Amino acid sequence: MTELAIKADKISKKFGQFTAIENISLRINKGSIYGFLGPNGCGKSTTIRTLTGLLSPTSGDIEVLGLKIPEDADKLRFKIGYMTQKFSLYEDLTVEENLKFIGNIFALGKKELQERCQEQLATYGLNHLKNQIVSGMSGGQKQRLGLACATMHKPELLFLDEPTSAVDPENRRDFWEKLFDLSEAGTTILVATHYMDEAERCHKLAIMESGQMRADDTPEALMAQMGVNIVEIKTPGLRKLKLKLMEQDEVRSAAQLGVRLRVLIYQSIKKPVQWLLSNFPELEYAELEQVRPTLEDVFVAVTGKGRQ
Amino acid sequence: MKSLIRIKAIMLKELRQLSRDRLTFAMVVMIPLIQLVLFGFAINTEIRNIPVGLVDSSQTYHSRLLTESVKATQVVKFGHYYQTAEQAKQAIQTGEIKAALIIPADFEQRLAQNRALAQWMVNGSDSILSATILGLQRMPFIPDYKTRNLPNQGKTFEVTLFYNPSRKASINIVPGLLGVILTMTMVLFTSIAIVRERERGNLELLITTPVSPLELMIAKIIPYIFVGLLQVIIILGLGHLLFSVPINGSLIQIFLGSLLFIAASLTLGLIISTLAQTQLQAMQMTIFIILPSILLSGFMFPYEGMPILAQWIAEVLPATHFMRMIRGIVLRGADLIDLWHDSLWLASFTILGILVAAKRFKKSLD
Ligand SMILES: Nc1ncnc2c1ncn2[C@@H]1O[C@H](COP(=O)(O)OP(=O)(O)O)[C@@H](O)[C@H]1O
Ligand SMILES: [Mg+2]
Repeated sequence: MTELAIKADKISKKFGQFTAIENISLRINKGSIYGFLGPNGCGKSTTIRTLTGLLSPTSGDIEVLGLKIPEDADKLRFKIGYMTQKFSLYEDLTVEENLKFIGNIFALGKKELQERCQEQLATYGLNHLKNQIVSGMSGGQKQRLGLACATMHKPELLFLDEPTSAVDPENRRDFWEKLFDLSEAGTTILVATHYMDEAERCHKLAIMESGQMRADDTPEALMAQMGVNIVEIKTPGLRKLKLKLMEQDEVRSAAQLGVRLRVLIYQSIKKPVQWLLSNFPELEYAELEQVRPTLEDVFVAVTGKGRQ
Repeated sequence: MKSLIRIKAIMLKELRQLSRDRLTFAMVVMIPLIQLVLFGFAINTEIRNIPVGLVDSSQTYHSRLLTESVKATQVVKFGHYYQTAEQAKQAIQTGEIKAALIIPADFEQRLAQNRALAQWMVNGSDSILSATILGLQRMPFIPDYKTRNLPNQGKTFEVTLFYNPSRKASINIVPGLLGVILTMTMVLFTSIAIVRERERGNLELLITTPVSPLELMIAKIIPYIFVGLLQVIIILGLGHLLFSVPINGSLIQIFLGSLLFIAASLTLGLIISTLAQTQLQAMQMTIFIILPSILLSGFMFPYEGMPILAQWIAEVLPATHFMRMIRGIVLRGADLIDLWHDSLWLASFTILGILVAAKRFKKSLD
């Protein structure tokens, strides 16, 4: 069995009467990239804050890197990097000043600090921005700086809270390349996101909805375990067809994607395309194709709600 | 050692932010300047041509010379003349005049013996007036034939304050202003120091790092001590340049005293910063500190004249101790050892305050 970086048992966090997260249990392997997928307000940030010791759980047990949290949170701070959802570096300092500040806060030695700064500036493509005041930089640049600062002290465990929410797709891809590099070097990464494509890159994934964990596995396993087949239908009059299909017990759900309708049919129907054709004569001239499930389908299946 | 690196890093960051924040930077310089000019203007109008009475029982050439020299200062003008000191005293009591100069019959003798020459009777309840007349106390008076007998070490005048003989209400405006301005700026700066980080979102990151609350508090205070000392220089320097305010006490004592007060005020702001949730709240709380600091500290009204309750409140404020201290230094030439009660109080307040602020500052978001 591989070593665990995070072990959480039935953690709940209440703010007054309101339950933000409930009965979350996690096992996160060292060296893996673990994703929290869920819509805004589902409790991703609250879970991360609880795991880092910033919030103390109302109930439940947490062990991170072998330390009991929140009791040993002070010791944990040397070992983790945290990129907050809202940009939390100093906007009125330059890139290099921010990096050095964080380095000094972790009390790196003078020589080490210098080297580490150079390294980070180079790794995250910030060399030419070194003396730039942060407030004038783009979302992607700020995010690279955020990651550079969070990894300045080479943490064993990295928490990233929606790191790419203010970033265009291209920069997002580059960002993930950096994450894979870090993971390769042995860093455990926990990343919260509401992007499906991002979640799909994680080694393992927890799908969250209104404070609860709905599913937790590798993306492939999640897709395989869904218990539905998927058929895409291309035909006119999709709105009416959708309503009609949704009434069927065999249909888990149907969602329109542009000119196509994506229908999730329970695996009790062995040949879904035939089943559709025989039950819905209006599909005679339609294009039907059975497709591979995506994470989006998993998400829809476990939460009962769709998201773009 | 590691603590020192962290404290230095935060201090450096604070100073950088301060130097890039034009508004705050302007405040550092402008608040003392504006206050000083406004109050200084008030001083100037007050000390010009105060109508006073004169009793000249000597009626000699030299006594007239003395009267002329007093007139030449333009601080007072003689509008009323009385036969006896008793009459003058009555006139002060009825409010006809605020002060009177009494030149005794043995004036020439006093002059020869180098004693105090004459007496001022002053309505002590007007503290600005008393301060002004007290300022005349050592006015040099060197009649021609005595030039060899210089300098006249003694006082030229005896000053008798009615209604407030202890003289404690006599304001030395500029030292008092030092207290008011420093309270304003110092408390304000640190009161927003932590709230600002919270509002800008920096705090969530900062508390996930190994910074300890105590390190953070100390590092937040130190840069502003320099700002405070800069303000002390501005106030005393400009007060001296613009309004010829004499600085009587030892400069080192004044600076050390100010240092104690600056540290205490910064700490007070820091405590506010751990209480407030937003910058606006911090400002509001700061006003709650500034107002009593101006009204109760003895800057405006004599401490002894206040009701017991007000005195208790005043006793808690660093400004009160500073006013007492700085006046001791400036007016009586006392030093911090003589004023050990206030020095010790300010120092203890600072240390205790930092500990309280550090204790209140939780490294969590709960
Ligand atoms: N400090 C807090 N006090 C009260 N409610 C909170 C607090 N923090 C978060 N919440 C609530 O908890 C829920 C989960 O929030 P959050 O963890 O930020 O979600 P996510 O990060 O997934 O968008 C939200 O409904 C939010 O309003
Ligand atoms: Mg969030």
